[in-house]
Amino acid sequence: MRILVLTKSVPDLVEELVLDEDSGELLHDEMTYVPSEWDDHAVEEALLIKEDSNADVTVLAVDTGDVDNMLFTALAKGADRAIKLQGDFDLSTSNRKRAQAIAHYVKENPYDLILSGVQAIDDIDGQIPAMVAGLLGMPHASVVTDVRLDGDRVHFHQEYGGGLQAELASQTPVVLGIQAARKPPRYASIAKVRQMMKSSVLEEVEVAVEEVPELEIRRFFKPVAAGHAEMIDGDAEEVAERIVSILKERNLVRG
Amino acid sequence: MQKAKSIELEVAVVNGIELPGHWNRMFEPRVISEYDLSVLDQVTSIPGAESLGYCYQCGKCTAVCPVETVGDYSPRKIFRKTQLGVSLMDSPDLWLCTTCRNCLRVCPKEVNMIDIMPAVREQAVLEGKAPAELLTAFENTARYGNPLGEPPRKRTEWVKSAEVPVPVMSQVKAPVDVLWFVECYPSYHPRGKDASVALARLFNALGVEFGILGTEEKCSGDSQRMAGEKGLFEMLAEHNIKMLSKYQFNQIVVTDPHAFNAFLHEYPKYGGQWPVQHYTQFLAPLIDQMHLTRPLNKKVTFHDPCYLGRHNGEYEAPRDLLKAIPGLDLVEMGHCRETAYCCGGGGGGMWLDSFTRDYTSQRLSEKRVLEAVEYGADILAVTCPYEVSRFEDAVKSTGNGGRLEVKDIAELLAYSAELI
Amino acid sequence: MGPILVVAEFTEGELSDTSRELLTKARELAQSLGSEVIAVGFGSHAEHAMANADADRAVAITGLGLDQYLPLTYERTLSQIVSEYHPLLTMVANSTMGLDLGAGVAAAQHMPVIAYCNGLHTDAEDIVAQCQAFAGKLLAEVAVPAGGAVITVLPGSFGSSGTSGHPEVTVMAVDSVPGMDVVKILEPEKGDVDITRADILVSVGRGIGDPENLGLAQELAEAIGGVVSCSRPVVDAGWLPKARQVGKSGQTVKPKLYLALGISGAPEHLQGMKDADLIIAANTDESSSIMEVAHYGTTVDILDLMPALAERLRGE
Repeated sequence: MRILVLTKSVPDLVEELVLDEDSGELLHDEMTYVPSEWDDHAVEEALLIKEDSNADVTVLAVDTGDVDNMLFTALAKGADRAIKLQGDFDLSTSNRKRAQAIAHYVKENPYDLILSGVQAIDDIDGQIPAMVAGLLGMPHASVVTDVRLDGDRVHFHQEYGGGLQAELASQTPVVLGIQAARKPPRYASIAKVRQMMKSSVLEEVEVAVEEVPELEIRRFFKPVAAGHAEMIDGDAEEVAERIVSILKERNLVRG
Repeated sequence: MQKAKSIELEVAVVNGIELPGHWNRMFEPRVISEYDLSVLDQVTSIPGAESLGYCYQCGKCTAVCPVETVGDYSPRKIFRKTQLGVSLMDSPDLWLCTTCRNCLRVCPKEVNMIDIMPAVREQAVLEGKAPAELLTAFENTARYGNPLGEPPRKRTEWVKSAEVPVPVMSQVKAPVDVLWFVECYPSYHPRGKDASVALARLFNALGVEFGILGTEEKCSGDSQRMAGEKGLFEMLAEHNIKMLSKYQFNQIVVTDPHAFNAFLHEYPKYGGQWPVQHYTQFLAPLIDQMHLTRPLNKKVTFHDPCYLGRHNGEYEAPRDLLKAIPGLDLVEMGHCRETAYCCGGGGGGMWLDSFTRDYTSQRLSEKRVLEAVEYGADILAVTCPYEVSRFEDAVKSTGNGGRLEVKDIAELLAYSAELI
Repeated sequence: MGPILVVAEFTEGELSDTSRELLTKARELAQSLGSEVIAVGFGSHAEHAMANADADRAVAITGLGLDQYLPLTYERTLSQIVSEYHPLLTMVANSTMGLDLGAGVAAAQHMPVIAYCNGLHTDAEDIVAQCQAFAGKLLAEVAVPAGGAVITVLPGSFGSSGTSGHPEVTVMAVDSVPGMDVVKILEPEKGDVDITRADILVSVGRGIGDPENLGLAQELAEAIGGVVSCSRPVVDAGWLPKARQVGKSGQTVKPKLYLALGISGAPEHLQGMKDADLIIAANTDESSSIMEVAHYGTTVDILDLMPALAERLRGE
């Protein structure tokens, strides 16, 4: 079983998003990027499958200029290979274009199971796993957890909200958008990541991407807060006191 | 199995006096357990952890280990359990040591927990056996350059509240006398920032030509190293050394004893060799110029930070500074100087609070606060950025709120110099 | 001008609230554009459920096994319908089904997809969509291309007019596409509390920091007579069972009191709790999104607040 995990980096929300307020453009080069949280879960799920079944795990990222550390980290965690798709890409490259690049690569290099984070914080132009599947005509499912191999079929859970889920089974190849891994993503020690940087190579694959349907994003802007909570000041004791009185007013306190 | 022979004599003659041995002779051979030492060998084969095998169980460490006072713990017990085949790698014991160095001070065999702990922990981290909360601190440090997970860009935000110039080296473009390495908690933690503001004002009042690295500074990484993330430490050391090498200065002054330890002993290994002082050492000779005029009529006791005192031998500078404050009555706790007890924050303890709580009866910080109260102190003076928040929490949790204040020495000096 | 296609979803055999919202918005756009609305629904109940939908036409897709959501079959079928009807807009809810169908069908049909839409209007030249990005920290204004687009819409974005219509319903029988099957439906985890029935929820998020601190939340819940729930990261970290999760991929709750502790308020979370009668949020960041839906907020440390509250509520 050959597993491919699609990863990408996204702006770090711990830092401020940098926006040119006049043009409404995101200043990609001035932001800090971190691996997309859902992709971290996809990597973890792939590694757990590998531990169950000796599958071979390849991690892929479109080379937007900041992906090496992310890929070496995945190798340090236990992925077998890492691939960087090279071409005309940078941090502002759309998800649609990334999906097209990945689709070209996968067409030439088949895998049985393709995992990726179900979504990312910056994919208003489409979630990568669903688009890759659509472009390749492969079966796919989103909001997936608990992926297990059963012979040549893949079993997984799909979540529908309200706590409802179904267990599905699919032929391969299949693309799955991972909601959460069975276990929290593992830690890769920095020593191991640095060792990977010295001892392993990222395979570079050149891909050319034709024109794809792009969104015309007129501007990004900060939402005007619809409302704001009435803030309660003071230390924990004072705040607790006030909350209790609010609850009493509304008869939410027993006795 | 061949039985051991008794070695005692039935009768011995010493200086002509006949000493019958019947009362203490063991006529039956003693049972000497044959231990399977494979688990101990596994530990002592890790480079750095060899000395665990030197232990002959005299128990001197048990008498001084602070963790023993809140739990069932000491280096001797670690040795004993390992000898009995309990894997240290899987035991919570591995994460309870705060690397305070009190055991090494008394150990006749030089069983060195300061080397053993990081070595074995590094292995455990590699094997995915470290507590989750510690890993979060590692991840934060790797990603943001500070264990709190605060944005790197906000590292200099505290400067605004200093209301005095705090030059950032990248903007100074000229050599300075003192490169002030501020560190993480003094940059981000609300109470740490208070000490930074106080120190910035003291530097200004003294006319010190200084600069900080600002957003180019990352955590010194010493506690992460002690907690088992040597790779992370190396990455941080390389970064800080690279940044520091861009600038000209005569010496480094640090707020944090852990950074002090790193600059003194570890950074030189990576090519970062500069004269370094803890800020108390830098300020002590300048007492006469500080205009400490406002009296502080309080009973103050001082908690020696492990990494300033026991690790690096500085006990006087903080005390000299405290004694220079008019009205201040310095009282010593029973455990002071070489025998001072740890606040619990060292060696990664700062990021293992919940974990530690499960295996100890009390926090070390609580133990220490109770000691300060016992000696009648109004103020517990500290000079390590881990301590203010730890002790303040402990003051609350032990019900001593309003009775004991926790202050950084920089805050007390700035108060007396009427700078805050 | 192509039609506006709305993919309908059903709850208990009737059009879902979100589908009604989508139809209302589609009708409004169709009127200003001079276009028509086509509803598309799957399963044996689709024909009946769409009979009075506010649409000009409806396509009810039936077939063996289609009463249960089948990602592959649904996607292939919708793709085929899109290629036949050439809609200007294809609107889907941002549900699990929407996440599957939206981007998948758009890619297969060489159309763009506009995701996480929470506003749609026409201006002088274009249809303009407003989308949520970066966990709700930013909004984007996107022009719908002349060639059309697939749009996934966040539930609750538009009101529903309640207008009914008499669409001409076409029944289209399809075979399920082999390759991906439902093995079984998994009911919500039993043996745990049902957070949707609780009047008071003490809900914890990432800010809880460590699983050890859940004890404080539990003590508070006991003191206040409520139940502990949480946001997604807490479940992902394995600290609480899935059944306790509030939000898009968890439960939608409407308690009398929702205490949000250390929850920043990702859109997916807000979707599941914003209708609670009283929301009190504690988060170190006053500008976090949870404060926008909360009635009261505080920035004190939740590890201090939880025991302080519990103590008072126990009457100590």
